[in-house]
Amino acid sequence: MDRMLQIEGLTKQFGSFTAVDNISFSVNRGEVLGFLGPNGAGKTTAMRMVSGFLTPTSGTAYVGGHDVTTAPLEVKRRIGYLPEGAPLYEDMTPSELLAFISDVRGLSGGTKRETISTAASRINIEHVMHQAIGTLSKGYKRRVGIAQAILHDPEILILDEPTDGLDPNQKHEVRKLINEMAKDKVIVISTHLLDEVDTVCSRAIVIAQGKIVADGTPADLEAQSELHNAVTLRLAAAQSDKAKGTIEAVAGVDRVVESEAADNFINITAYPKSGEIVIDDVSAALKAAKIDVQEIQAERGRLDEVFRRLTTAA
Amino acid sequence: MGTSWAISKRELRAYFTTPLAYVFIVIFLALNGVTAFYFGGLFDRGQADMQPLFGFLPWLYLFLIPAVAMRLWAEERKAGTLELLMTLPVSTFNAVFGKFLAAWIFAGIALALTFPVWITVNYLGDPDNGVIIASYLGGFLMAGSYLAIGGFVSSMTRNQVIAFVIGAAVIFLFMMSGLELVQSAFRGWAPDLVVDLVRSFSFLVHYDAIVRGVIDIRDMIFFVSIIGVFLFATMVVVDLKKGA
Repeated sequence: MDRMLQIEGLTKQFGSFTAVDNISFSVNRGEVLGFLGPNGAGKTTAMRMVSGFLTPTSGTAYVGGHDVTTAPLEVKRRIGYLPEGAPLYEDMTPSELLAFISDVRGLSGGTKRETISTAASRINIEHVMHQAIGTLSKGYKRRVGIAQAILHDPEILILDEPTDGLDPNQKHEVRKLINEMAKDKVIVISTHLLDEVDTVCSRAIVIAQGKIVADGTPADLEAQSELHNAVTLRLAAAQSDKAKGTIEAVAGVDRVVESEAADNFINITAYPKSGEIVIDDVSAALKAAKIDVQEIQAERGRLDEVFRRLTTAA
Repeated sequence: MGTSWAISKRELRAYFTTPLAYVFIVIFLALNGVTAFYFGGLFDRGQADMQPLFGFLPWLYLFLIPAVAMRLWAEERKAGTLELLMTLPVSTFNAVFGKFLAAWIFAGIALALTFPVWITVNYLGDPDNGVIIASYLGGFLMAGSYLAIGGFVSSMTRNQVIAFVIGAAVIFLFMMSGLELVQSAFRGWAPDLVVDLVRSFSFLVHYDAIVRGVIDIRDMIFFVSIIGVFLFATMVVVDLKKGA
């Protein structure tokens, strides 16, 4: 087992408010963990404790076997961390900032130069290296923040909302980068963007009011959706009643919901009983009843629906 | 120690890439000139020494040093870079010491730039250079203790103006504790021990001793202890208030 990051009973209280409530999980090499939750759920607080910025009220995190509460420097050496909002020294240039980070991380001479230029080319900030960070666009600032985090090629990368506030192209680039680095690292990203979970994460933990409410692959989460394995089809409005009757008669279909679509067409969604796969039966029944279907597809499940249910139920 | 120096270098560069350093040095030297020559009558008194300059130094420092110290931590807190800094492999001691050292070096550079006065005094007369060196040392130590206090106050807030005002006020209290004004307020009712204790905390008493050319190890220890105590207090505050 390659358990590089292990979190045990991590708890943080601010006065009487419990921001993070006894969370435990571990992450293995090669995993990209998405830390999901609504704003204020405790994502940032949890990440700040793992990175050694905040001291846990109780519990701890182990990074490569080092306890963050007793050996914070060892942990910080192994982690690359992008704080929320990517705060940077705005009067420095990226080149000066990366030189400073290298100094603090104990790199010098040729290694230092090489490390900085590798990180800069990886993140694609070479052409702004000598411009004051305060004058850069939000996208570049974020990239400089990521460059700073990956500079020393850490085993564990913790990125707090790495794509927040970026345009779709920049988001795509950051996600591509995360995927590239994923193979030999542990990457933890926090986000409230659900499409990000689908595109980059191999595992997702949903946290609400400081507690873990779900932990699994994105597909596992989707499977918790009511819509999982539901069948959606589109057909002429004139045939809708007949079609509804036909579909309702199929064994395994729980209920049928219709909704308007444009140009005299109508959408029908058939929800299965307890996640059964009904698309074959539904399409066979429709064919037998000689109903023309424009479009038919099985649903994977909707993360946003699962997310809303998990994070509001608690 | 290496990380402390990395932080000091970054801080020093920050002083000189913003107008802060130049504004500070120009104002410091100008005020030094005004106080030493105009109020202190450095030429008129017909003595080859730098007493007029060093006599006013504690009062100049009262306003100028908190202006250097106020940004030390408050700025990092406000910009959120404290999180960046404190998640690097840097111990709290190294961070606190590195920042303090940069500010102290900077204050030292400003103080050293008064050297033309020293040259002038030597050109015009025959001063006791031992006393002058002792005075520079005293001034430098005093700057260090003011900075340690100002840095401590700065670590408690994210507002630089508050850090400046409270820093200056605390330093003022430390200065005043040796003056007759404060002493007489205590003398009426407090035992001599307390009066002496209050007096022993005065910057001016220890500074005056050094500036007179009497380098007593106890005066040095006083300033070094003030620096040590306030750096330690800064470490405690930085550790406790990281997330706030």
